[in-house]
Amino acid sequence: MNAQSTDIATYNFAYLDEQTKRMIRRAILKGIAIPGYQVPFASREMPMPYGWGTGGVQVTASIIGPDDVLKVIDQGADDTTNAVSIRAFFKKVAKVDVTTETARATIIQTRHRIPEQPLTASQVLVFQVPIPEPLRFLEPRETETRKMHALEEYGLMHVKLYEDIAKHGRIATTYAYPVKVEGRYVMDPSPTPKFDNPKMHRSPALQLFGAGREKRIYAVPPFTDVVSLDFEDHPFEVQTFDQPCALCGAENVYLDEVILDDHGGHMFVCSDTDHCEKRQADGQHGHLAPETHSASGKMEPVE
Amino acid sequence: MDITTQSIDGGFAEPVFNAQVVFRAIMDAIARPGTVQNLPQLARPPAPLSATAGAVALALCDNDTPVWLDPRLQAEASVKAWVGFHTGAPLANTPADAHFALIANPKEMAALDGFAQGTQEYPDRSTTLILLVDDLASGPSLLLEGPGIEKTSMIAPPGMPRHFVEQWKQNNQRFPRGVDIILAAPGSLACLPRTTRIKTMEA
Ligand SMILES: [Zn+2]
Repeated sequence: MNAQSTDIATYNFAYLDEQTKRMIRRAILKGIAIPGYQVPFASREMPMPYGWGTGGVQVTASIIGPDDVLKVIDQGADDTTNAVSIRAFFKKVAKVDVTTETARATIIQTRHRIPEQPLTASQVLVFQVPIPEPLRFLEPRETETRKMHALEEYGLMHVKLYEDIAKHGRIATTYAYPVKVEGRYVMDPSPTPKFDNPKMHRSPALQLFGAGREKRIYAVPPFTDVVSLDFEDHPFEVQTFDQPCALCGAENVYLDEVILDDHGGHMFVCSDTDHCEKRQADGQHGHLAPETHSASGKMEPVE
Repeated sequence: MDITTQSIDGGFAEPVFNAQVVFRAIMDAIARPGTVQNLPQLARPPAPLSATAGAVALALCDNDTPVWLDPRLQAEASVKAWVGFHTGAPLANTPADAHFALIANPKEMAALDGFAQGTQEYPDRSTTLILLVDDLASGPSLLLEGPGIEKTSMIAPPGMPRHFVEQWKQNNQRFPRGVDIILAAPGSLACLPRTTRIKTMEA
Protein backbone atom coordinates (compact mmCIF):
# COMPACT_ATOMS: atom_id res chain seq x y z
CA MET A 1 0.00 0.00 0.00
CA ASN A 2 1.26 3.47 -0.74
CA ALA A 3 1.59 6.31 1.70
CA GLN A 4 -1.56 7.97 0.48
CA SER A 5 -3.80 5.00 1.24
CA THR A 6 -2.25 4.68 4.69
CA ASP A 7 -3.27 8.27 5.31
CA ILE A 8 -6.82 7.46 4.35
CA ALA A 9 -6.91 4.53 6.76
CA THR A 10 -6.03 6.74 9.69
CA TYR A 11 -9.29 8.60 9.33
CA ASN A 12 -11.58 5.73 8.53
CA PHE A 13 -11.63 4.95 4.83
CA ALA A 14 -15.14 5.37 3.44
CA TYR A 15 -16.38 6.74 6.76
CA LEU A 16 -17.91 3.56 8.24
CA ASP A 17 -16.04 1.59 10.87
CA GLU A 18 -14.88 -1.89 9.87
CA GLN A 19 -17.41 -3.78 11.99
CA THR A 20 -20.27 -1.88 10.36
CA LYS A 21 -18.84 -2.55 6.91
CA ARG A 22 -18.56 -6.26 7.67
CA MET A 23 -22.18 -6.35 8.81
CA ILE A 24 -23.35 -4.53 5.67
CA ARG A 25 -21.12 -6.68 3.46
CA ARG A 26 -22.63 -9.83 4.92
CA ALA A 27 -26.11 -8.42 4.24
CA ILE A 28 -25.13 -7.63 0.64
CA LEU A 29 -23.91 -11.20 0.06
CA LYS A 30 -27.18 -12.61 1.44
CA GLY A 31 -29.13 -10.19 -0.72
CA ILE A 32 -27.31 -11.38 -3.83
CA ALA A 33 -27.85 -15.03 -2.85
CA ILE A 34 -31.60 -14.43 -2.35
CA PRO A 35 -32.53 -12.05 -5.20
CA GLY A 36 -35.26 -9.57 -4.28
CA TYR A 37 -35.39 -10.56 -0.60
CA GLN A 38 -35.02 -7.69 1.85
CA VAL A 39 -32.17 -8.40 4.25
CA PRO A 40 -32.45 -6.55 7.57
CA PHE A 41 -29.33 -4.67 8.65
CA ALA A 42 -28.39 -2.33 11.48
CA SER A 43 -28.37 0.99 9.66
CA ARG A 44 -25.94 3.55 11.02
CA GLU A 45 -26.27 7.28 11.50
CA MET A 46 -24.65 9.02 8.57
CA PRO A 47 -23.52 12.64 8.36
CA MET A 48 -26.57 13.46 6.26
CA PRO A 49 -30.30 13.30 6.92
CA TYR A 50 -32.50 10.33 5.99
CA GLY A 51 -34.01 11.02 2.63
CA TRP A 52 -30.56 11.89 1.37
CA GLY A 53 -29.76 8.37 0.46
CA THR A 54 -28.19 7.10 3.67
CA GLY A 55 -28.99 3.50 2.70
CA GLY A 56 -27.30 3.86 -0.67
CA VAL A 57 -24.39 5.70 0.93
CA GLN A 58 -23.83 2.87 3.42
CA VAL A 59 -23.89 0.28 0.65
CA THR A 60 -21.46 2.29 -1.47
CA ALA A 61 -19.19 2.89 1.54
CA SER A 62 -19.08 -0.85 2.21
CA ILE A 63 -18.14 -1.93 -1.31
CA ILE A 64 -15.94 0.95 -2.50
CA GLY A 65 -12.17 0.65 -2.78
CA PRO A 66 -9.40 3.10 -3.66
CA ASP A 67 -9.45 2.02 -7.33
CA ASP A 68 -13.16 2.62 -7.88
CA VAL A 69 -14.57 5.44 -9.98
CA LEU A 70 -17.82 6.76 -8.55
CA LYS A 71 -20.73 8.44 -10.31
CA VAL A 72 -23.74 9.75 -8.36
CA ILE A 73 -27.02 10.73 -9.97
CA ASP A 74 -30.22 12.18 -8.64
CA GLN A 75 -33.21 11.93 -10.98
CA GLY A 76 -30.73 11.32 -13.78
CA ALA A 77 -28.68 14.44 -13.09
CA ASP A 78 -25.13 14.59 -11.77
CA ASP A 79 -25.35 18.22 -10.69
CA THR A 80 -28.19 18.34 -8.15
CA THR A 81 -27.40 19.14 -4.52
CA ASN A 82 -27.97 15.56 -3.38
CA ALA A 83 -25.70 14.05 -6.03
CA VAL A 84 -23.02 16.68 -5.58
CA SER A 85 -22.95 16.22 -1.78
CA ILE A 86 -22.71 12.45 -1.94
CA ARG A 87 -19.97 12.62 -4.57
CA ALA A 88 -18.06 15.17 -2.48
CA PHE A 89 -18.51 12.97 0.59
CA PHE A 90 -16.84 9.97 -1.03
CA LYS A 91 -14.16 12.09 -2.60
CA LYS A 92 -13.30 13.26 0.90
CA VAL A 93 -13.68 10.07 2.95
CA ALA A 94 -12.44 7.56 0.36
CA LYS A 95 -10.35 9.77 -1.92
CA VAL A 96 -11.82 7.96 -4.90
CA ASP A 97 -11.94 9.22 -8.42
CA VAL A 98 -15.39 10.59 -9.28
CA THR A 99 -16.98 11.07 -12.68
CA THR A 100 -20.17 12.14 -14.38
CA GLU A 101 -19.53 9.78 -17.29
CA THR A 102 -21.60 6.63 -17.05
CA ALA A 103 -19.09 4.58 -19.05
CA ARG A 104 -16.16 5.50 -16.78
CA ALA A 105 -17.86 4.65 -13.50
CA THR A 106 -17.32 1.36 -11.65
CA ILE A 107 -19.95 2.24 -9.03
CA ILE A 108 -23.00 4.35 -9.82
CA GLN A 109 -25.12 5.45 -6.89
CA THR A 110 -28.54 6.58 -7.98
CA ARG A 111 -31.73 8.11 -6.77
CA HIS A 112 -34.70 7.56 -9.10
CA ARG A 113 -33.09 6.68 -12.45
CA ILE A 114 -31.06 4.12 -14.31
CA PRO A 115 -28.66 5.62 -16.87
CA GLU A 116 -29.72 5.44 -20.52
CA GLN A 117 -26.39 4.01 -21.60
CA PRO A 118 -26.51 0.24 -21.07
CA LEU A 119 -24.46 -0.82 -18.05
CA THR A 120 -21.69 -3.40 -18.20
CA ALA A 121 -20.55 -6.36 -16.16
CA SER A 122 -17.81 -4.26 -14.57
CA GLN A 123 -20.29 -1.83 -13.00
CA VAL A 124 -22.35 -1.89 -9.82
CA LEU A 125 -25.52 0.17 -9.58
CA VAL A 126 -26.45 1.24 -6.02
CA PHE A 127 -30.01 2.48 -5.52
CA GLN A 128 -31.09 4.80 -2.71
CA VAL A 129 -34.40 3.43 -1.48
CA PRO A 130 -36.89 5.30 0.72
CA ILE A 131 -39.50 2.53 1.17
CA PRO A 132 -38.20 -0.95 0.35
CA GLU A 133 -41.41 -2.84 1.09
CA PRO A 134 -43.62 -3.09 -2.02
CA LEU A 135 -46.51 -4.42 0.08
CA ARG A 136 -46.35 -1.63 2.65
CA PHE A 137 -49.30 0.34 1.28
CA LEU A 138 -51.41 -2.83 1.39
CA GLU A 139 -50.28 -3.92 4.83
CA PRO A 140 -48.55 -1.59 7.30
CA ARG A 141 -47.40 -4.35 9.66
CA GLU A 142 -43.89 -5.63 9.03
CA THR A 143 -44.70 -9.02 10.58
CA GLU A 144 -47.52 -9.44 8.06
CA THR A 145 -45.62 -8.33 4.96
CA ARG A 146 -42.77 -10.65 5.95
CA LYS A 147 -45.27 -13.51 6.16
CA MET A 148 -46.70 -12.58 2.76
CA HIS A 149 -43.24 -12.73 1.20
CA ALA A 150 -42.50 -15.99 3.02
CA LEU A 151 -45.66 -17.59 1.66
CA GLU A 152 -45.38 -15.92 -1.73
CA GLU A 153 -48.80 -14.45 -1.04
CA TYR A 154 -48.96 -11.72 -3.63
CA GLY A 155 -52.65 -11.86 -4.51
CA LEU A 156 -53.41 -8.55 -2.75
CA MET A 157 -50.82 -6.80 -4.88
CA HIS A 158 -52.51 -8.02 -8.04
CA VAL A 159 -55.88 -6.96 -6.70
CA LYS A 160 -54.53 -3.46 -6.08
CA LEU A 161 -53.14 -3.21 -9.60
CA TYR A 162 -56.40 -4.49 -11.01
CA GLU A 163 -58.35 -1.87 -9.07
CA ASP A 164 -56.19 0.68 -10.88
CA ILE A 165 -57.33 -0.76 -14.17
CA ALA A 166 -60.97 -0.66 -13.09
CA LYS A 167 -60.61 2.95 -12.01
CA HIS A 168 -58.28 4.38 -14.65
CA GLY A 169 -58.54 1.89 -17.49
CA ARG A 170 -54.87 1.12 -17.02
CA ILE A 171 -52.36 0.51 -14.26
CA ALA A 172 -51.82 4.06 -13.00
CA THR A 173 -48.59 3.39 -11.08
CA THR A 174 -45.73 5.08 -12.92
CA TYR A 175 -43.05 5.13 -10.20
CA ALA A 176 -41.91 2.30 -7.94
CA TYR A 177 -43.83 -0.04 -10.20
CA PRO A 178 -43.56 -3.48 -8.53
CA VAL A 179 -41.50 -6.21 -10.13
CA LYS A 180 -41.06 -9.92 -9.54
CA VAL A 181 -37.46 -11.08 -9.29
CA GLU A 182 -36.46 -14.46 -10.69
CA GLY A 183 -40.05 -15.65 -10.42
CA ARG A 184 -40.07 -15.43 -6.63
CA TYR A 185 -39.92 -12.18 -4.65
CA VAL A 186 -42.03 -9.12 -5.41
CA MET A 187 -39.66 -6.18 -5.11
CA ASP A 188 -39.85 -2.40 -5.07
CA PRO A 189 -37.49 -1.16 -7.78
CA SER A 190 -37.17 2.09 -5.77
CA PRO A 191 -38.94 5.19 -7.03
CA THR A 192 -37.50 4.95 -10.51
CA PRO A 193 -39.98 5.65 -13.29
CA LYS A 194 -41.41 2.41 -14.64
CA PHE A 195 -39.64 3.41 -17.85
CA ASP A 196 -36.48 2.02 -16.23
CA ASN A 197 -37.95 -1.31 -15.10
CA PRO A 198 -36.98 -3.16 -18.30
CA LYS A 199 -33.35 -2.04 -17.80
CA MET A 200 -33.23 -4.10 -14.59
CA HIS A 201 -34.17 -7.27 -16.44
CA ARG A 202 -31.08 -9.40 -17.08
CA SER A 203 -28.78 -6.40 -16.68
CA PRO A 204 -25.08 -7.33 -16.93
CA ALA A 205 -24.46 -5.06 -13.91
CA LEU A 206 -24.98 -6.03 -10.28
CA GLN A 207 -27.80 -3.97 -8.72
CA LEU A 208 -27.78 -3.26 -4.98
CA PHE A 209 -30.51 -1.45 -3.05
CA GLY A 210 -30.06 0.29 0.31
CA ALA A 211 -32.83 1.68 2.50
CA GLY A 212 -31.30 3.55 5.46
CA ARG A 213 -34.32 4.58 7.50
CA GLU A 214 -36.04 1.23 6.96
CA LYS A 215 -32.81 -0.73 7.48
CA ARG A 216 -33.05 -3.04 4.50
CA ILE A 217 -30.63 -4.14 1.81
CA TYR A 218 -31.63 -6.13 -1.25
CA ALA A 219 -30.09 -7.05 -4.56
CA VAL A 220 -30.59 -8.18 -8.10
CA PRO A 221 -27.64 -10.19 -9.42
CA PRO A 222 -26.58 -9.75 -13.06
CA PHE A 223 -28.58 -11.64 -15.68
CA THR A 224 -31.55 -12.09 -13.38
CA ASP A 225 -35.18 -11.98 -14.46
CA VAL A 226 -36.95 -8.81 -13.34
CA VAL A 227 -40.51 -8.78 -14.58
CA SER A 228 -42.98 -5.94 -14.01
CA LEU A 229 -46.28 -7.22 -12.64
CA ASP A 230 -49.09 -7.06 -15.17
CA PHE A 231 -52.11 -8.86 -16.55
CA GLU A 232 -52.65 -10.69 -19.80
CA ASP A 233 -55.31 -8.22 -20.91
CA HIS A 234 -53.32 -5.24 -19.56
CA PRO A 235 -49.66 -5.92 -20.28
CA PHE A 236 -46.95 -3.76 -18.74
CA GLU A 237 -46.00 -0.78 -20.87
CA VAL A 238 -43.32 1.84 -20.36
CA GLN A 239 -44.02 5.55 -20.67
CA THR A 240 -43.55 6.88 -24.16
CA PHE A 241 -42.89 10.45 -25.16
CA ASP A 242 -44.39 11.95 -28.30
CA GLN A 243 -41.32 14.07 -29.02
CA PRO A 244 -37.54 13.64 -28.85
CA CYS A 245 -35.26 15.50 -26.40
CA ALA A 246 -35.31 19.21 -27.25
CA LEU A 247 -31.54 19.48 -26.72
CA CYS A 248 -30.04 16.30 -28.18
CA GLY A 249 -32.91 14.84 -30.20
CA ALA A 250 -32.75 11.48 -28.38
CA GLU A 251 -35.76 9.21 -28.72
CA ASN A 252 -36.73 6.31 -26.49
CA VAL A 253 -35.17 7.95 -23.45
CA TYR A 254 -36.83 9.27 -20.30
CA LEU A 255 -37.61 12.99 -20.59
CA ASP A 256 -38.22 15.65 -17.95
CA GLU A 257 -40.39 18.67 -18.58
CA VAL A 258 -38.46 21.91 -18.12
CA ILE A 259 -40.38 25.16 -17.71
CA LEU A 260 -38.80 27.90 -19.84
CA ASP A 261 -40.80 30.98 -18.88
CA ASP A 262 -43.95 31.96 -17.00
CA HIS A 263 -46.06 32.01 -20.15
CA GLY A 264 -46.36 28.27 -20.33
CA GLY A 265 -43.24 27.79 -22.42
CA HIS A 266 -41.65 24.43 -21.75
CA MET A 267 -39.49 21.76 -23.32
CA PHE A 268 -38.80 18.10 -22.80
CA VAL A 269 -35.19 17.13 -22.22
CA CYS A 270 -33.28 14.01 -21.24
CA SER A 271 -33.47 13.30 -17.52
CA ASP A 272 -30.04 11.64 -17.91
CA THR A 273 -27.82 14.72 -18.17
CA ASP A 274 -24.64 12.79 -19.01
CA HIS A 275 -26.39 10.99 -21.87
CA CYS A 276 -27.75 14.29 -23.21
CA GLU A 277 -24.41 16.10 -23.01
CA LYS A 278 -22.59 13.19 -24.64
CA ARG A 279 -25.02 13.21 -27.55
CA GLN A 280 -24.73 16.97 -28.01
CA ALA A 281 -20.95 16.72 -27.86
CA ASP A 282 -21.20 14.08 -30.58
CA GLY A 283 -23.07 16.56 -32.75
CA GLN A 284 -26.64 15.41 -32.13
CA HIS A 285 -29.07 18.28 -31.78
CA GLY A 286 -32.68 18.70 -30.79
CA HIS A 287 -34.89 21.50 -32.03
CA LEU A 288 -34.07 23.79 -29.09
CA ALA A 289 -30.35 23.07 -28.90
CA PRO A 290 -28.26 26.17 -28.36
CA GLU A 291 -26.51 26.99 -31.64
CA THR A 292 -23.32 27.97 -29.92
CA HIS A 293 -22.95 24.60 -28.29
CA SER A 294 -19.52 23.16 -28.83
CA ALA A 295 -18.10 19.76 -28.20
CA SER A 296 -15.83 21.06 -25.48
CA GLY A 297 -18.50 22.99 -23.64
CA LYS A 298 -19.45 20.23 -21.23
CA MET A 299 -20.12 21.70 -17.81
CA GLU A 300 -18.42 20.14 -14.86
CA PRO A 301 -20.61 19.98 -11.79
CA VAL A 302 -19.41 22.11 -8.90
CA GLU A 303 -18.03 19.96 -6.12
CA MET B 1 6.76 -21.53 16.32
CA ASP B 2 4.47 -21.81 19.32
CA ILE B 3 0.71 -21.46 19.21
CA THR B 4 0.68 -17.94 20.58
CA THR B 5 3.00 -16.62 17.88
CA GLN B 6 1.10 -18.53 15.19
CA SER B 7 -2.20 -17.15 16.31
CA ILE B 8 -1.03 -13.54 16.46
CA ASP B 9 0.81 -13.56 13.14
CA GLY B 10 -0.70 -13.86 9.72
CA GLY B 11 -3.54 -11.35 9.84
CA PHE B 12 -4.15 -8.67 7.21
CA ALA B 13 -1.20 -6.31 6.83
CA GLU B 14 -3.62 -3.53 5.78
CA PRO B 15 -6.86 -4.53 7.51
CA VAL B 16 -9.10 -1.89 5.92
CA PHE B 17 -7.92 -2.26 2.33
CA ASN B 18 -7.28 -5.98 2.41
CA ALA B 19 -10.77 -6.65 3.76
CA GLN B 20 -12.24 -4.53 0.96
CA VAL B 21 -10.30 -6.43 -1.71
CA VAL B 22 -11.34 -9.80 -0.32
CA PHE B 23 -14.96 -8.71 0.06
CA ARG B 24 -15.14 -7.43 -3.53
CA ALA B 25 -13.74 -10.74 -4.79
CA ILE B 26 -16.43 -12.59 -2.82
CA MET B 27 -19.16 -10.17 -3.95
CA ASP B 28 -18.15 -10.57 -7.59
CA ALA B 29 -17.96 -14.32 -7.19
CA ILE B 30 -21.40 -14.68 -5.62
CA ALA B 31 -22.92 -12.24 -8.11
CA ARG B 32 -21.40 -14.27 -10.99
CA PRO B 33 -21.47 -17.89 -9.86
CA GLY B 34 -18.79 -20.05 -11.40
CA THR B 35 -16.45 -17.19 -12.23
CA VAL B 36 -13.00 -17.51 -10.70
CA GLN B 37 -11.87 -14.43 -8.79
CA ASN B 38 -8.15 -14.14 -8.23
CA LEU B 39 -6.95 -13.11 -4.84
CA PRO B 40 -3.43 -12.25 -3.75
CA GLN B 41 -2.18 -13.92 -0.58
CA LEU B 42 -3.31 -11.51 2.12
CA ALA B 43 -3.51 -13.80 5.16
CA ARG B 44 -1.13 -16.42 6.55
CA PRO B 45 -3.15 -18.64 8.89
CA PRO B 46 -1.70 -21.79 10.44
CA ALA B 47 -2.23 -25.00 8.42
CA PRO B 48 -4.47 -26.66 7.50
CA LEU B 49 -6.46 -23.42 7.18
CA SER B 50 -5.53 -21.95 3.79
CA ALA B 51 -4.55 -18.40 2.94
CA THR B 52 -7.70 -17.85 0.88
CA ALA B 53 -10.10 -19.33 3.44
CA GLY B 54 -8.32 -17.41 6.17
CA ALA B 55 -8.68 -14.16 4.23
CA VAL B 56 -12.40 -14.81 3.70
CA ALA B 57 -12.82 -15.39 7.44
CA LEU B 58 -10.95 -12.18 8.26
CA ALA B 59 -13.08 -10.19 5.81
CA LEU B 60 -16.49 -11.48 6.93
CA CYS B 61 -16.37 -12.91 10.45
CA ASP B 62 -16.48 -11.11 13.78
CA ASN B 63 -17.98 -11.44 17.24
CA ASP B 64 -21.50 -11.37 15.74
CA THR B 65 -20.91 -14.48 13.64
CA PRO B 66 -20.43 -17.88 15.26
CA VAL B 67 -18.01 -19.94 13.16
CA TRP B 68 -18.00 -23.70 12.90
CA LEU B 69 -14.74 -25.50 12.21
CA ASP B 70 -14.79 -28.95 10.67
CA PRO B 71 -13.06 -31.75 12.63
CA ARG B 72 -9.82 -31.35 10.69
CA LEU B 73 -9.59 -27.67 11.70
CA GLN B 74 -10.93 -28.26 15.20
CA ALA B 75 -8.06 -30.66 15.76
CA GLU B 76 -5.57 -27.82 15.35
CA ALA B 77 -5.42 -25.61 18.43
CA SER B 78 -3.44 -23.04 16.45
CA VAL B 79 -6.27 -22.67 13.91
CA LYS B 80 -8.85 -22.14 16.64
CA ALA B 81 -6.58 -19.60 18.29
CA TRP B 82 -5.89 -17.79 15.00
CA VAL B 83 -9.56 -17.49 14.02
CA GLY B 84 -10.47 -16.39 17.53
CA PHE B 85 -7.68 -13.85 17.82
CA HIS B 86 -8.09 -12.25 14.40
CA THR B 87 -11.87 -12.27 13.98
CA GLY B 88 -13.23 -12.40 17.52
CA ALA B 89 -15.79 -14.89 16.26
CA PRO B 90 -17.10 -17.37 18.82
CA LEU B 91 -16.95 -21.04 17.84
CA ALA B 92 -20.36 -22.48 17.00
CA ASN B 93 -21.31 -25.54 19.02
CA THR B 94 -23.04 -27.24 16.11
CA PRO B 95 -23.19 -26.70 12.35
CA ALA B 96 -26.78 -25.50 12.78
CA ASP B 97 -25.63 -22.60 14.98
CA ALA B 98 -22.99 -21.38 12.55
CA HIS B 99 -23.14 -18.21 10.49
CA PHE B 100 -19.98 -19.39 8.75
CA ALA B 101 -18.43 -22.82 8.52
CA LEU B 102 -14.81 -23.43 7.59
CA ILE B 103 -14.41 -26.83 5.99
CA ALA B 104 -10.88 -28.10 5.39
CA ASN B 105 -12.06 -31.55 4.35
CA PRO B 106 -15.16 -31.14 2.16
CA LYS B 107 -15.14 -34.80 1.15
CA GLU B 108 -15.97 -35.87 4.68
CA MET B 109 -18.14 -32.93 5.63
CA ALA B 110 -21.51 -33.11 7.35
CA ALA B 111 -24.60 -33.01 5.15
CA LEU B 112 -25.54 -29.59 3.77
CA ASP B 113 -28.94 -29.74 5.45
CA GLY B 114 -27.25 -30.04 8.84
CA PHE B 115 -26.21 -26.39 8.65
CA ALA B 116 -28.48 -23.42 9.35
CA GLN B 117 -30.90 -23.03 6.44
CA GLY B 118 -32.59 -19.82 7.55
CA THR B 119 -36.34 -19.64 7.93
CA GLN B 120 -38.99 -19.00 5.31
CA GLU B 121 -39.39 -15.48 6.76
CA TYR B 122 -35.67 -14.89 7.36
CA PRO B 123 -33.87 -17.02 4.77
CA ASP B 124 -30.75 -14.91 5.34
CA ARG B 125 -30.23 -16.62 8.71
CA SER B 126 -28.33 -19.45 7.09
CA THR B 127 -24.77 -20.76 7.17
CA THR B 128 -22.26 -19.66 4.56
CA LEU B 129 -19.92 -22.58 3.92
CA ILE B 130 -16.27 -21.88 3.15
CA LEU B 131 -14.87 -24.99 1.50
CA LEU B 132 -11.12 -25.39 1.12
CA VAL B 133 -10.39 -26.90 -2.28
CA ASP B 134 -7.08 -27.59 -4.04
CA ASP B 135 -8.12 -25.74 -7.20
CA LEU B 136 -11.21 -24.89 -9.24
CA ALA B 137 -10.44 -26.81 -12.43
CA SER B 138 -9.19 -30.36 -11.84
CA GLY B 139 -12.33 -32.00 -10.45
CA PRO B 140 -15.53 -33.18 -12.12
CA SER B 141 -17.07 -30.40 -14.21
CA LEU B 142 -20.12 -28.67 -12.82
CA LEU B 143 -22.23 -26.90 -15.44
CA LEU B 144 -24.00 -24.00 -13.75
CA GLU B 145 -27.01 -21.85 -14.52
CA GLY B 146 -29.17 -19.40 -12.63
CA PRO B 147 -29.08 -15.75 -11.54
CA GLY B 148 -25.74 -14.09 -12.23
CA ILE B 149 -24.99 -16.41 -15.15
CA GLU B 150 -25.74 -15.19 -18.66
CA LYS B 151 -26.09 -18.64 -20.20
CA THR B 152 -24.05 -21.25 -18.40
CA SER B 153 -20.77 -21.30 -16.56
CA MET B 154 -18.45 -24.11 -15.61
CA ILE B 155 -16.38 -24.91 -12.60
CA ALA B 156 -14.59 -28.10 -11.57
CA PRO B 157 -13.47 -28.15 -7.92
CA PRO B 158 -11.93 -31.46 -6.81
CA GLY B 159 -12.71 -33.21 -3.53
CA MET B 160 -16.29 -32.00 -3.15
CA PRO B 161 -18.70 -33.50 -0.58
CA ARG B 162 -20.17 -36.91 -1.26
CA HIS B 163 -23.32 -36.89 -3.40
CA PHE B 164 -22.76 -33.19 -3.83
CA VAL B 165 -24.91 -32.76 -6.94
CA GLU B 166 -27.85 -34.50 -5.28
CA GLN B 167 -27.36 -32.55 -2.04
CA TRP B 168 -27.18 -29.32 -3.99
CA LYS B 169 -30.39 -30.09 -5.84
CA GLN B 170 -32.09 -30.46 -2.47
CA ASN B 171 -30.51 -27.19 -1.37
CA ASN B 172 -32.05 -25.54 -4.47
CA GLN B 173 -35.43 -26.99 -3.57
CA ARG B 174 -35.35 -25.38 -0.14
CA PHE B 175 -35.16 -21.90 -1.70
CA PRO B 176 -35.40 -19.22 -0.37
CA ARG B 177 -33.86 -21.19 2.50
CA GLY B 178 -30.55 -22.90 1.97
CA VAL B 179 -26.79 -22.57 2.31
CA ASP B 180 -24.36 -20.65 0.11
CA ILE B 181 -20.87 -21.90 -0.67
CA ILE B 182 -17.57 -20.08 -1.07
CA LEU B 183 -14.94 -22.29 -2.70
CA ALA B 184 -11.54 -21.16 -1.44
CA ALA B 185 -8.66 -22.31 -3.65
CA PRO B 186 -5.02 -21.24 -3.53
CA GLY B 187 -4.93 -17.73 -5.00
CA SER B 188 -8.57 -17.67 -6.07
CA LEU B 189 -12.15 -18.24 -5.06
CA ALA B 190 -15.56 -18.93 -6.58
CA CYS B 191 -19.10 -19.10 -5.20
CA LEU B 192 -22.19 -21.21 -5.43
CA PRO B 193 -25.13 -19.24 -4.04
CA ARG B 194 -28.31 -21.18 -3.28
CA THR B 195 -29.88 -19.99 -6.56
CA THR B 196 -27.27 -21.71 -8.74
CA ARG B 197 -28.45 -24.88 -10.43
CA ILE B 198 -26.02 -27.61 -11.45
CA LYS B 199 -27.15 -28.86 -14.83
CA THR B 200 -25.04 -31.91 -15.46
CA MET B 201 -21.91 -33.46 -14.15
CA GLU B 202 -19.36 -35.41 -16.09
CA ALA B 203 -18.39 -38.77 -14.68
ZN1 LIG C 1 -31.12 14.91 -24.56
